[in-house]
Amino acid sequence: MEVDQLQRSFLEYTNSLFRFLDGQFGQLQLLQDESNPEFVFEVVSLFFEDSERILNDLTLALDQQNVDFKKIDAHVHQFKGSSSSIGAQRVRNACIAFRNFCEGQNVEACRRCLQQVKQEYLLVKTKLEALLRLEQQILAAGGVIPMLDS
Amino acid sequence: MDVAAMDEPHVLAVDDNLIDRKIVEKLLKNSSCKAENGQRALEYLGLGDDKQNSSNDNQARKVNMIITDYCMPGMTGYELLKKIKESSVMKDVPVVIMSSENVPTRINKCLEEGAEMFMLKPLKYSDVKKLRCELLCNAVVKAS
Repeated sequence: MEVDQLQRSFLEYTNSLFRFLDGQFGQLQLLQDESNPEFVFEVVSLFFEDSERILNDLTLALDQQNVDFKKIDAHVHQFKGSSSSIGAQRVRNACIAFRNFCEGQNVEACRRCLQQVKQEYLLVKTKLEALLRLEQQILAAGGVIPMLDS
Repeated sequence: MDVAAMDEPHVLAVDDNLIDRKIVEKLLKNSSCKAENGQRALEYLGLGDDKQNSSNDNQARKVNMIITDYCMPGMTGYELLKKIKESSVMKDVPVVIMSSENVPTRINKCLEEGAEMFMLKPLKYSDVKKLRCELLCNAVVKAS
């Protein structure tokens, strides 16, 4: 495929993600440069690893006989932070809702929130993976990744 | 003053969030050290509970700036700031505090305690540029 075709696909795809990824993702793209051409890829990979760890911890914590809401809140706070830093706004919003139910100490509601957060995470993960694949294709074809309008 | 001849600035980044540490690391590309909480940061700076040996003194002396998150388990960024300002060795090192929450009383408290700057997370590209400038200015002042 031609480089400019790939670049157009990239921009179109990115624009279609506006509901899932907010302006913060664009800020990360701005931080990538020749001295660190893999920056976005690295941050996104870290996000995947970190998120999966937190989701596992949350699942375990909610499975306990005596649920430790303080611990759960701390995990969700972390997840809210990292999703916010990467621009995953739907994940962040799901975390905010989750924290409210933590405060209420409602186990069933928290379990539902966890499902919600998991779902949003898996959605944004698919989108990010597709985006990164497009980036790789552009680079492999000798092109540069076009800047996003923030 | 020949900026190019200066040592690379050294920054200690303190944050319990992996992603945010990565972003700060990028911002400070060449020489940043990371700590995941206040206690570790203090140990790195030779201000820990068990009195450190001289090798940590050398390490601590190289730090040009400390960038710390506010909300961290065990010790808040504010508490870390206080400890740093209490130390005769580290009190002049600029401390920047970051938080995802915009709480004016919190911000004022930190600034009053001597924080150089308070920044809102998530950090934007313009914040990163601002921090780089700040870092360079402070490194120049220190070197002169």
